[in-house]
Amino acid sequence: MPEESEPTCLEGNIINRDSKKIPVRITFAPVRSLDGKLLGFLETVEDTRVLQELSKKIGQAYSFGDFIARSPQMERIFQILPVIGQTHSSVLITGETGTGKDLLAEAIHQTSNRNKGPFIKVNCGALPETLLESELFGHQKGAFTGAVENKPGRFRLAHNGTLYLIEIGDLPLALQVKLLTFLDDKIIYPLGSTKGYQVDVRMIAATHRNLELMVREGLFREDLLFRLNVVRIHLPPLRERGEDIRLLLDHFFHTFTSRFGKRIRGFSNKALRILLEYQYPGNVRELRNIVEYAVNICLEEQIQPEHLPAYLTDIESWNRVESGAEHQTAPPSQTDQEDGEANLNWAAIERKMIIEALVKAKGRRSKAAALLGWGRSTLWRKMKQFGIDA
Amino acid sequence: MTRKVLIPLYGNDVAPRFDLATEVLIVSIGADDVVEDERTVVLPHASAEDLCHLILTENIGVVICGGIEEEYYRYLKWKKVTVLDSVMGPFDRVLERFEEGRLREGNILF
Repeated sequence: MPEESEPTCLEGNIINRDSKKIPVRITFAPVRSLDGKLLGFLETVEDTRVLQELSKKIGQAYSFGDFIARSPQMERIFQILPVIGQTHSSVLITGETGTGKDLLAEAIHQTSNRNKGPFIKVNCGALPETLLESELFGHQKGAFTGAVENKPGRFRLAHNGTLYLIEIGDLPLALQVKLLTFLDDKIIYPLGSTKGYQVDVRMIAATHRNLELMVREGLFREDLLFRLNVVRIHLPPLRERGEDIRLLLDHFFHTFTSRFGKRIRGFSNKALRILLEYQYPGNVRELRNIVEYAVNICLEEQIQPEHLPAYLTDIESWNRVESGAEHQTAPPSQTDQEDGEANLNWAAIERKMIIEALVKAKGRRSKAAALLGWGRSTLWRKMKQFGIDA
Repeated sequence: MTRKVLIPLYGNDVAPRFDLATEVLIVSIGADDVVEDERTVVLPHASAEDLCHLILTENIGVVICGGIEEEYYRYLKWKKVTVLDSVMGPFDRVLERFEEGRLREGNILF
């Protein structure tokens, strides 16, 4: 074992005095003095018979069983997952929020032969750039004010395991370069250190953003995309998974009724119709929350539409009005205008509101601000933002 | 009467594992406890089955080894091979002690 190496964990077996083969996990770690001098190595041998029994159970629970799906899109993903698990290639998971990117990353880690190693998650969008750099790559004592001791960084913590980068699209450009260097030579340089550390880490990255578009806009490095994009898995949004919605509704219904000890028989036809027709922009996470809410609220035998979150039934009535309007013989120009308005985004609507208020107030800003219910400075700021000259 | 002794080797020591040894020492010991012949056999790969096969074809009477799985231990015993297992140490010291008739299972000679 080389002197600079990080602690290493290996799986194997030994034969004991009773001639029984015992599965063990062996860890070698260098022991250093306070001044960093190598004193020796520590070897620990752990009997993993109990753990193996447990991991069998975990294996069953994880056998992509956390994913509830019957749709062909998801089945295709299930088929390739075991193969992906066995490789060391970087994985890029794309998909809308709430589609199960985290779950998938964990499932890949569990099916890989690194599953005894750590699974480290880092959310790239949650930390400011400087903090993120030290969090990922670590820092050397004295590298910056407040760096009172050496910090190993998530990459080194994930040695022999998997590092999962959430929202890779939010990673600042400077760090993208550093990540690129790591993906090339697998060496980590902590902040303020000239010495690199070799780490064996499998990278899984996830994002809900369109990275190709970000590359075109110059917000994401093309070469990093190519390196991450070795294996790409796209998780389809729930609205494209058709029959899975019913399956997930039933699954979460049973989970929550047994968890909360409720005696509810199921969904009423009306409630079910609303739930099946809903678009679920928040995907499985939203569906789960809706069911949790309904199970909590419902005091009757069946979940009725009034037990569902109000926004669902509102949309339902809105949809009905809209679909009804299509059949009516309303003047086409009016509906066109309405559709057009619905398509405008908030910024455009705000801009329109300001212009209308200014016209009404005949250009007087204070009156326009009063009409909008804003302060004068807010109006001034927004006008500047939208480039409106009164 | 000549006795044949087989010791799985790891370098100059008795191999810690019977099933993982890729080298064995075969020693023929004459009636007056004098070594008549000594040779090393390098195996193409580590295999407890192949090693058992070699032990039988070579008419080995005694196997001195480190850890050995119960299955192979019992098999060799059934084939009337004496097995001294869980022995640790440099093979020459182990052999010396064996010739003196003082080697027991579980002896550590480091």
